[in-house]
Amino acid sequence: MTHSPDERDPRVAAAIGRYWKKNVTIMAILLFVWAAVGLGAGVLFADSLNAYYIGGYPLGFWFAQQGSIITFVILILIYALTLNRLDKEHHRDLARLNEEDAT
Amino acid sequence: MSVQAWTFLFVGATFSLYLVIAWLSRVSDTKGFYVAGQGIPAAANGMATAADWMSAASFISMAGIISTLGYAGGMYLMGWTGGYVLLALLLAPYLRKFGHYTVPDFIGDRYRSNAARIVAVVCAIFVSFTYVAGQMRGVGIVFSRFLEVDVNIGVYVGVAIVFVYATLGGMKGITWTQVAQYWVLITAFLTPAIAISLQLTGTPIPQIGLGSELVGEGTALLEKLNQIHADLGFASYTEPFIGNWDKLNVFAVTLALMAGTAGLPHVIVRFYTVKNVAAARWSAFWALLFIALLYLTAPAIGAFARYAMLDGLHGKTEQELPGWFHSWEQTGLLLWMDDGDGRLSYTGGDRIDENELFRSGNLGAARIAELKTDHQKWLDGNPDGRDGRPALRQAGLVGPDRDIIVLATPEMADLARWIIALVAAGGLAAALSTASGLLLVISSSVAHDLYYRIINPAATESQRLLVGRTVIGFAVVIAGILGIYPPGFVSQVVAFAFGLAAASFFPAIVLGIFSKRVGTYPAMFGMIAGIGFTGTYILGSVYGGWSSWAFGIGPQGIGAVGMALNFIVTLGLTPFFPAPDKSVQELILSIREPEGAGPGLDIDHSAEAD
Repeated sequence: MTHSPDERDPRVAAAIGRYWKKNVTIMAILLFVWAAVGLGAGVLFADSLNAYYIGGYPLGFWFAQQGSIITFVILILIYALTLNRLDKEHHRDLARLNEEDAT
Repeated sequence: MSVQAWTFLFVGATFSLYLVIAWLSRVSDTKGFYVAGQGIPAAANGMATAADWMSAASFISMAGIISTLGYAGGMYLMGWTGGYVLLALLLAPYLRKFGHYTVPDFIGDRYRSNAARIVAVVCAIFVSFTYVAGQMRGVGIVFSRFLEVDVNIGVYVGVAIVFVYATLGGMKGITWTQVAQYWVLITAFLTPAIAISLQLTGTPIPQIGLGSELVGEGTALLEKLNQIHADLGFASYTEPFIGNWDKLNVFAVTLALMAGTAGLPHVIVRFYTVKNVAAARWSAFWALLFIALLYLTAPAIGAFARYAMLDGLHGKTEQELPGWFHSWEQTGLLLWMDDGDGRLSYTGGDRIDENELFRSGNLGAARIAELKTDHQKWLDGNPDGRDGRPALRQAGLVGPDRDIIVLATPEMADLARWIIALVAAGGLAAALSTASGLLLVISSSVAHDLYYRIINPAATESQRLLVGRTVIGFAVVIAGILGIYPPGFVSQVVAFAFGLAAASFFPAIVLGIFSKRVGTYPAMFGMIAGIGFTGTYILGSVYGGWSSWAFGIGPQGIGAVGMALNFIVTLGLTPFFPAPDKSVQELILSIREPEGAGPGLDIDHSAEAD
């Protein structure tokens, strides 16, 4: 059995809408960092960043061959942690709505 | 024990392990065959994805490319890892929620069109076959270099092994074998890197070693490398945007590789194999973490080997040259054509005319022998002799073969013989794991998307499984034939597979998830425009002698433009075509909602039902 969206309880639809909006916001922030570090620091600004050093690494070179990869791993970690928590919150919200209906 | 005996031992032991795993994880239903029963734990799936992803090229050639390109090598590192961020954030959880078996499944259901499904099937098969041929060839090459057997015998052995575990266990057998293969390949890659880092910089962590000072020199390794490069005429190792690799091209290639990675069917399909959406997210994290272990080490190996080669070879006489030089000279990866002073000169850039170090490339053994004999006569002052260097320069064979960087690193660092054998087993693991993953995509595209979804929807479970096994069996054999008779275009096409995937699949899937408005025709025209433009441009540049007329972007980076074109065409046409019908709207809503308790559960079930 399936519900089409308009047959749904409007409160449930609102909860789903909130969930999706938060998801898209988190995604946009993380993708901004992804682009700023990978394509920004690693490519577009690599030549100017090379004037600075981190240990024996010129900074632009470091971003291109080390820093961006480390950032990417951390970004996915943050995404998995926050989204999986958001999922749980969402399910709690829905469970509360169900309880309200029952009482 | 000799290197060869160690290699036989390691290769024999790892191959037996793969076969045992295959037997233990054999399957009896299509769900097990295509998506491993959707019961693979996230971390194990991450390892399998990493092994699937890291091919013979990643293992053997990538460090060598970085070693030659310096800074610009970073576009491969960033492109192939940055793509996983797109995959994790934009695709993996939603495709897992969708719950079917393949990428064409999603395209076909979301856009309600068998034509779109067939376009996706053809793209998936094309990308996978070009890729897999290179892997089988890689197996043959590793065999011939380390065990001194014919390349073709190596391909036969590879075909036999993959045939057994792929037909027996399907995705389940492949996944668990890939977990084992990951450990073999990462151990083989890290061990020599750690040893050579200790030797050159005194720190066991290669990533720190690359940014450290050389032992006993008081200069940072990278600074020293830049100095040597400047002395010998090469372009700076760390300075960006030199020569062909200007800012725009590095940017375009990086972007095309990122989006292409996220659009490659054999990577996407891995995220169907885990238990649920949360596990799909974790799985993407584990996959990139395990991949990053190798990708963060490759630049270190590249720079260490670059230093060892320039420092160890330039200006040396025959007697002073290290032992590894002589052993690898026999393979043709290195070729020394002296100018008569008895000292090897390894130079580049504006001192390219002085360079005496070459490689055999695709020239036959007879031609090389002829060049060598004539060159020796020329050195001896014999009037019949001829300088061999201009001929090699003309053939584009200046400098050593890039594969030598990883293959010869253990010897450069004077490591024990068993480590050299370990590298051989690692190269084989990398090639086999990628090949098996690709073969499964081919099998599922034909047996599931074509046979079951289009030709015979009434097929029973056992019929579908039989077709799946038969197709994978045939695909292995075809891949083997392509490995033995490699079509000339394969090596070139593989590099472009990413551009094609970026320009076709990636926008269609992303818009399919994030837009409820985009309908069938805009998406199809978008895919056709993207892949058509990218494909034509690549063919025109490689075969038609086109100058890079699109903003000066070369064929490797053109996928980024093709992707933009796909997005523009799709979004531009959308207002003129109807929105998807109600059932598709529901499908989109259901994949956006996390699974679990609540009313979403019903929709979840309807989406899961096959």
